[in-house]
Amino acid sequence: MKKEPIRLVLPASEETLRALRIGDEVLITGTVVTARDMAHKYMVEKKPDSLRDILTGGLIYHCGPIMVKEGDGWRIVSAGPTTSSREEPYQADVIETYRLAGVIGKGGMGEKTSAGLKKCGAVYFHAVGGAGTLLAKRVKKVREVRMLEEFGVPEAFWVLEVVDFPVVVTMDSVGGSLHREVLEASSIQRKELLGL
Amino acid sequence: MPGFVEWGLELVRRASSDLSPDVEAVVRRGRDAEPEGSTARNVLDSILENVEMSRADGTPICQDTGLTSFFVHLPKGYDAEAIRADLQEAIRQATKLGYLRPNSVHPITEKNTGDNVGVDLPHIEFEPAADDAVTIDLILKGGGSENCGAQYRLPDASIKAGRDLAGVERCVIDAVHKAQGQGCAPGILGICIGGDRAGSYMGAKKQLLRHLDDVNPDPKLAELEATLLSKCNQLGIGPMGFGGLTTLLGVKIGWMHRHPASFFVSIAYCCWADRRRRLVVRDGVAQVL
Repeated sequence: MKKEPIRLVLPASEETLRALRIGDEVLITGTVVTARDMAHKYMVEKKPDSLRDILTGGLIYHCGPIMVKEGDGWRIVSAGPTTSSREEPYQADVIETYRLAGVIGKGGMGEKTSAGLKKCGAVYFHAVGGAGTLLAKRVKKVREVRMLEEFGVPEAFWVLEVVDFPVVVTMDSVGGSLHREVLEASSIQRKELLGL
Repeated sequence: MPGFVEWGLELVRRASSDLSPDVEAVVRRGRDAEPEGSTARNVLDSILENVEMSRADGTPICQDTGLTSFFVHLPKGYDAEAIRADLQEAIRQATKLGYLRPNSVHPITEKNTGDNVGVDLPHIEFEPAADDAVTIDLILKGGGSENCGAQYRLPDASIKAGRDLAGVERCVIDAVHKAQGQGCAPGILGICIGGDRAGSYMGAKKQLLRHLDDVNPDPKLAELEATLLSKCNQLGIGPMGFGGLTTLLGVKIGWMHRHPASFFVSIAYCCWADRRRRLVVRDGVAQVL
């Protein structure tokens, strides 16, 4: 039987976020801000207060979208997630500094981030990697962009309004990680297949 | 009169937005095999929905349109340098139109050229053609999957891999386990046995040009491809690494002669969004396959 997805509207209470568990399928509505490699280094090294208005209570999306300039605005063309593990050294710090509700990405993150989620009551949401067109269609508005000149299109902070953005909880605020579970189960299979 | 700029642009558009039917068919088979209501099946449903949307809208299947590689077969009498310039121009125009994301970053200054043209970008290789048609194969390969590539040097005691096909098998299982869902599973593997380090990696990448439904002409390798597909799918990593039956969509293996001292096994991991298309130009008429 197909479970009905949970609808999550941002900003959400800590109680709502802490109730989410790995395996939950969620539709997110609210503000998400793209940030990837250069942005994470910048947030940790400079901790700019100027980003609080777009980040606090919201979600960071590990994504380098394809954007096309149209008149004064931007059209979002394709916007799936990028691999999250590259931000592992920075993520827990960024979540705490900016009081994020969590992160959207792909591939999962490690133990440092898991501890950060637990501490702050935040959640790691996984979007379907490669589903660029489908996910871009759930972006209803490109509100603004910051650090475009400095970082370039894929790495800038794009502030996006999303409606019913589909994700799966793969790391929750009680220390659960679907990635850890699959790694452990597949490691047993690997040993058997290799006779080690 | 259209030429290689226009044809190249159409080749890029098709590769970026229109997934090859042989790949889509295998994703669909994987979807049908996953239990109803499972997250694995839901993920594959989203992938298939995205494939249809991208085809209908002409938008990139994935925002990471990767690095671009062209493999050109050129009959006598063509000017390779002129075609190179035309393909670079096609890439510039494709980037402006949003068929490609600007993915060309200077490794020292961190500056993005903004148009996907740079040192060895696009990567273009020329070979003589067997007949009078120009064929150009294009692969767009994303960074997340490229990062999951691996090269083994046999023997490798840590996985008890010797210098034979049984050893090759062990390398591949180990690499797929290491990749987990990071390369946007379910993935497709291009594998090269032998060669030197650089040639072997490129040989692995070129295996990704093969269609998923072809059969390796070498029966031993055909058998190994089938065995590896089945064994790697027993790892249970599943779509996106959420767990499931569909970890790989295909395995393609080629080889090169090797130095007596070296035995490399190179693995190119391609995400499910295996974006490859072929342009054929015969008697001035172009067709994208």
